[in-house]
Amino acid sequence: MIEIKDLHKSYKMGSNSLHVLKGINFRAEEGELVAIMGSSGSGKSTLLNILGMLDGADSGEYTLDGVPIKDLSETKAAQYRNKFLGFVFQSFNLINYKSALENVALPLYYQGVPRKERQEKALKYLERVGLKEWATHLPSELSGGQKQRVAIARAMAAEPKVLLADEPTGALDSTTSYEVMDLIQKINDDGNTILVVTHEEDIAHMCKRIVYLKDGVIVEDKKVKQVRADHYV
Amino acid sequence: MWLFDKDLWSEIFHTLGKNMFRTFLTMLGVIFAMIILVLLLGSANGMSNGFDKLFAGTASNSLFVWGQSTSEPYKGFERGRRIRYKLEDAETLKKQIPEIEVLAPRIELGSHRDVTTVYRKGQTSGSSVYGDFPEIDNITKKKLVEGRFLNNNDIEHSKKVCVIGEETYKLLFEKGENAIGEDIRINGVFFAVVGIYKPNNNINIDGENAVFIPFTTFQKAFNSGDRMGWMAIAVEPGTKVAVVENQIKTILKAKYDIHPDDERAIGSFDMSEIFNNITAFTNVLKGFSFFIGIFTLLAGVIAISNILLITVKERTKEIGVRRALGATPKVVKRQIVVEAIVLTAFAGLIGFAISVGILAILNNVWGSGEDFPFVNPMVNIPQFGISFLLMVGLSVLIGMLPANRAIKVRPIEALREE
Repeated sequence: MIEIKDLHKSYKMGSNSLHVLKGINFRAEEGELVAIMGSSGSGKSTLLNILGMLDGADSGEYTLDGVPIKDLSETKAAQYRNKFLGFVFQSFNLINYKSALENVALPLYYQGVPRKERQEKALKYLERVGLKEWATHLPSELSGGQKQRVAIARAMAAEPKVLLADEPTGALDSTTSYEVMDLIQKINDDGNTILVVTHEEDIAHMCKRIVYLKDGVIVEDKKVKQVRADHYV
Repeated sequence: MWLFDKDLWSEIFHTLGKNMFRTFLTMLGVIFAMIILVLLLGSANGMSNGFDKLFAGTASNSLFVWGQSTSEPYKGFERGRRIRYKLEDAETLKKQIPEIEVLAPRIELGSHRDVTTVYRKGQTSGSSVYGDFPEIDNITKKKLVEGRFLNNNDIEHSKKVCVIGEETYKLLFEKGENAIGEDIRINGVFFAVVGIYKPNNNINIDGENAVFIPFTTFQKAFNSGDRMGWMAIAVEPGTKVAVVENQIKTILKAKYDIHPDDERAIGSFDMSEIFNNITAFTNVLKGFSFFIGIFTLLAGVIAISNILLITVKERTKEIGVRRALGATPKVVKRQIVVEAIVLTAFAGLIGFAISVGILAILNNVWGSGEDFPFVNPMVNIPQFGISFLLMVGLSVLIGMLPANRAIKVRPIEALREE
């Protein structure tokens, strides 16, 4: 599903150049649930940004579902993001003046799905994250866990190939974190490919595979026995 | 067509409605600009209409020709010879110059601007007495207070009737006394009053105290033969008065043996010059108003752009999220430009409504145009259309500024901003 070869990325900081990713090789098959771990500055967010086509690599290859991702224009990148990727952010990034339903429907709007179909689909995904009754509420009326579930519904609504979650539990207490992880596991059980960036060991162990990053290289890549989050809920 | 996309509009009204107060402040500049533009244009139009009303009744493309004294010796004649026209000249001119629409010959009792004593029951008035054809009414319209003006029947039968000025009426009659049908005496001849006119207080050629009698009656009563004092001439629309004026002078000069370079022998007055000057004045006024208005409007639209720039900065994160979710730069740009257009157009309409209201009030207060040239001050549809299109056009151009700013920030940077 995802394949990257010898990926390099550096940032210019004034006259210095900061080499963040120093040759990453990585493969993820369909249906995998991968945790990307590393301390801050290890390059894990940069890697996720490149995977999310929010940023470009300096060199190396990136293939997503057989499509080479290279030299994308902003328009093309936006279209690919819409078609291939779902994003879940640490700070939820819901649009605060739109209801939960409207937020979930947004990627479908950019896909050009007709209004009625969009509403139905969005409602279906809200139901799936258990927030159907909250459809008309604004994000400010939801708890943190609920917000993240809305965000996950939004990421899933466009039916992406890969779900990218950047510290999805970073802003949540542990109970809520497990709820969110439980949801992510269930989505993965349905066969969706998910990448989770985290720095929490317990969260990482709820995935099926952990990739450790340090100073811009992968230092360890291991399969783990998945800990089901519903044990804690 | 994206223009009819319900979602785009709900998106826009959502964003604008979210912050009503700021939206209102943003629009204020354009509202005021539109008020200023429409008020200026409307007032200029009002003045233009006012002048039109002032001169209503006077044919704008007309001239007057009379005889003076020669200033050059020619063909054995000495200078200082008095030029006297004959009635047949009128026919000659009409025949030779097809551009002449109306030609009304006139004769005066005594020399030019002379007054004759008019009697009635012991009361007297020193009035100008004119022999006229009814056609004169097509060139300088008389506002009749009572009765009628001279007609062709009067001419044919050389009727002893007259039309008198209000001033003459006041001198000869008691206040409120009926004058129609009453006789007045001029040089021993009696004339029955058929009409009283009110002097046109703006262009006054005939004087306020005057008596008009049929030309043919004049000839018989005062034994003027075929003499003709002067001519009032209306020229076909679209023809320059000055051209006809020259043709007339050439013909008359040839007939009366006047030196071709003699400028004084034939007196003439081109009415259209006055009108051209006034038209030029009001046009400059209109142009100037438009100029000021458009620049005020530009300032207003720039204010909108400014606020949108701030809004875009505030919404950086939201825009980043939208782009991560698949909004293309085009979609983001379009939304901000359409926001600019909606704000401007809405503000423009509000300003327009307010200013039209103000103009209507002004019209009620001063719009009668009696003592001040200000009638029906209003903008016309093309003026409104042009300013509105210009405004929306400007807002598209100016909306591009914040729109470009919005897409310049890369989604990753927008998302990072906490």
